[in-house]
Amino acid sequence: MSTVTSQPEVPAGVKLPLYMDNHATTQMDPRVLEAMIPFFTNKFGNAASRNHSFGWEAEQAVDVAREQIAKLIGATAKEIIFTSGATESNNLAIKGIAEMYRERGNHIITQVTEHKAVLDTCKRMEKQGYRVTYLPVNADGLIELEDLKRAMDDKTILVTIMFANNEIGVIQPMAEIGKLCRERGVIFHTDAVQAVGKVPIDVNALNIDVLSLTAHKIYGPKGVGALYVRRRNPRVQIAAQIDGGGHERGMRSGTLNVPGIVGLGKACELAREEMQSETERLTAMRDRLKNKLESNLDFVHINGSMKHRLPGNLNMSFVHVEGESLLMGINDIAVSSGSACTSATLEPSYVLKALGLGDDVAHSSIRFGLGRFNTTAEVDYVADKVIDVVQKLRELSPLYEMAKEGIDLTKVQWQAH
Amino acid sequence: MAYSEKVIEHYNNPRNVGQMDKSSTEVGTGLVGAPECGDVMRLQIKVNPLTRVIEDAKFKTFGCGSAIASSSLATEWVKGKTVDEALEIKNTDIVKELSLPPVKIHCSVLAEDAIRAAIGDWKKKNVVGGEQVSASAAVAAN
Repeated sequence: MSTVTSQPEVPAGVKLPLYMDNHATTQMDPRVLEAMIPFFTNKFGNAASRNHSFGWEAEQAVDVAREQIAKLIGATAKEIIFTSGATESNNLAIKGIAEMYRERGNHIITQVTEHKAVLDTCKRMEKQGYRVTYLPVNADGLIELEDLKRAMDDKTILVTIMFANNEIGVIQPMAEIGKLCRERGVIFHTDAVQAVGKVPIDVNALNIDVLSLTAHKIYGPKGVGALYVRRRNPRVQIAAQIDGGGHERGMRSGTLNVPGIVGLGKACELAREEMQSETERLTAMRDRLKNKLESNLDFVHINGSMKHRLPGNLNMSFVHVEGESLLMGINDIAVSSGSACTSATLEPSYVLKALGLGDDVAHSSIRFGLGRFNTTAEVDYVADKVIDVVQKLRELSPLYEMAKEGIDLTKVQWQAH
Repeated sequence: MAYSEKVIEHYNNPRNVGQMDKSSTEVGTGLVGAPECGDVMRLQIKVNPLTRVIEDAKFKTFGCGSAIASSSLATEWVKGKTVDEALEIKNTDIVKELSLPPVKIHCSVLAEDAIRAAIGDWKKKNVVGGEQVSASAAVAAN
């Protein structure tokens, strides 16, 4: 048996370790950093200082960023509220809307594959007397509109459905959800962290009322995000969750993180300018990776819809190989796994389980997240290495051997421990 | 997760990978764990009927690096031991040898279970009328 950790030849231009986990975070674009630097040093003013040039300079930079962000999602600058990131944006949206519209109703609708920042916030709302419906998803990872229709009642005040999923990259039917919410007079919030800057978004065309986004997923800095809050048709109100100086139209107090905001604005501008070419490039690379893996390995499974999916996402299960052992074999490549062994809770990915996949398939899953700084040479290296390690681990796998012998693994009496 | 050097070493160079004939009376097979739990170990031993010494051992494991290392180590340890000696191997010995962190202790438990299951299977095959076939009786029967 040769060694499992594989050493394929490293092609020219591929530097190790190699990052392909761009749903977790992204490398900051040097152009973003360049825009930010002055605001750490000589342009250090407080954007809320109204009576001197230091403050004006900061405020002006913040206004530019607001425009850049608004333009990316078809909003107006005044509708952008700055936060510390998407977790705060999601908390502010859900808690702030629930509190503000308590008189009108107490029912919130979400779905099972949301990020924990939404799910855990909804769970807290349940403890506070709100009713929450968690819609299921189909095998593709998408909600059924009929389920949403059925779940809505006269007490429904908020629908919060993510734009694109962070694990499987699937894009929910936003236009249809938005239309339904508008018809019923229900506020529509979306956690669009993975979708902003990756796919075209127009909050008016899609009838989105509130939208969470963050900088570090789009080659900007960590610790800064925004919440889009619709100002007209209809005007959405949000109860502040942080008390203080009344910044951001009273919705989010706290001195603005000016360098971070400048970075977020620049990141949005670049994402908008380069979206079309990036989409083509990433889709081609993702499909190349998928085709290489599929044509060289048996028992592979694509998790989630390929049709409704972010360009840079591939989530694949290498059945009969456990995810963490696979990550160990490709330890110079940064990707993620839905395996229980890689999670703090020792539970396999709840997103993959929600698709109706067995735990065994979830344990075998790898999420590839391609981004702006990945190259085709890197894709080829990753494909070769994954193929090599999967093959070696399958030589070690009793399940693969049994499956090859034609044994139906679901009929085996396992001794669960 | 940072692995100990010994886990990495076993993962990279697993010992005694393979399979033996399950139907042979000299071979005991233990299949423990479940795919939905994320680990399945198959450990096989070949026992000399006269000396009851485990002369060979093979494994295949679906699981994380620690599970692979635990089973690889288990095959190394049982080889050359008598069946009764092999039953003395405790999961805590494996934890110590591989410096497994607390979240990976279940991997060592599974390895101990695999040894016991393999020996149990061998014993079942070699029992006649509730009595262990003695070496002399086995020879006489031939």
